[in-house]
Amino acid sequence: MSDETMAARIERRLQDSLAPARLKVVDDSHRHAGHSGWREGGETHFRVEIVAPAFEGLSRIARQRMVYDALRAELEERVHALQVRTLTPAEDAARRTS
Amino acid sequence: MTDNPVFERIQQEIGGSDVVLFMKGTPVFPQCGFSAAVVQALSHLGVKFKGVNVLEDPGLREGIKQFSNWPTIPQLYVKGEFVGGCDIVREMFQSGELQELLHSHGIDAQPVG
Ligand SMILES: N[C@@H](CCC(=O)N[C@@H](CS)C(=O)NCC(=O)O)C(=O)O
Repeated sequence: MSDETMAARIERRLQDSLAPARLKVVDDSHRHAGHSGWREGGETHFRVEIVAPAFEGLSRIARQRMVYDALRAELEERVHALQVRTLTPAEDAARRTS
Repeated sequence: MTDNPVFERIQQEIGGSDVVLFMKGTPVFPQCGFSAAVVQALSHLGVKFKGVNVLEDPGLREGIKQFSNWPTIPQLYVKGEFVGGCDIVREMFQSGELQELLHSHGIDAQPVG
């Protein structure tokens, strides 16, 4: 457990709860060094892009709440900021061809 | 849902102005890039809004998270309704939906400059 990076842990949580078709988790902490919420050792600022069928028919708010719910413990423990982009597979495909 | 005294203040804020942004810092001096991005989108559309600085009150900072069931700041409310945080506002701004939403509530929103 202790060897796992926070990025890997976030990825694991989202895999388990949302079964994404595609998932990208980026640790952005270095870009916020010295800003509020940043801590020694980083692992405070993340960017998540997630494509999942589970988002079908849901509002943006509902989708993001699913992501936040899955990461409740991580947000409480250490993660200060989380940038989130949620897409359904259809939206993802449309974006790629346009 | 109504046991937290700070909820009363939040209700007053979102009932008192058409567009309310709970943010870090002020519209003139945002103290976080996420808050600044929402200020920028609203300003770009020439929208008048009330900024509420959650850094001035730790109770409000935690209270608004519970109130909206949303763990982060900024939080945008239009006509008492939660619209979203920075990511959502940015997406809606880019797609034109933000302007549409404001118009549907009778709020002036036109790209300025
Ligand atoms: N995904 C969020 C990004 C905002 C964010 O991550 N905010 C963080 C840093 S400003 C936050 O509010 N953390 C909890 C806190 O500072 O109380 C959004 O769309 O608004």
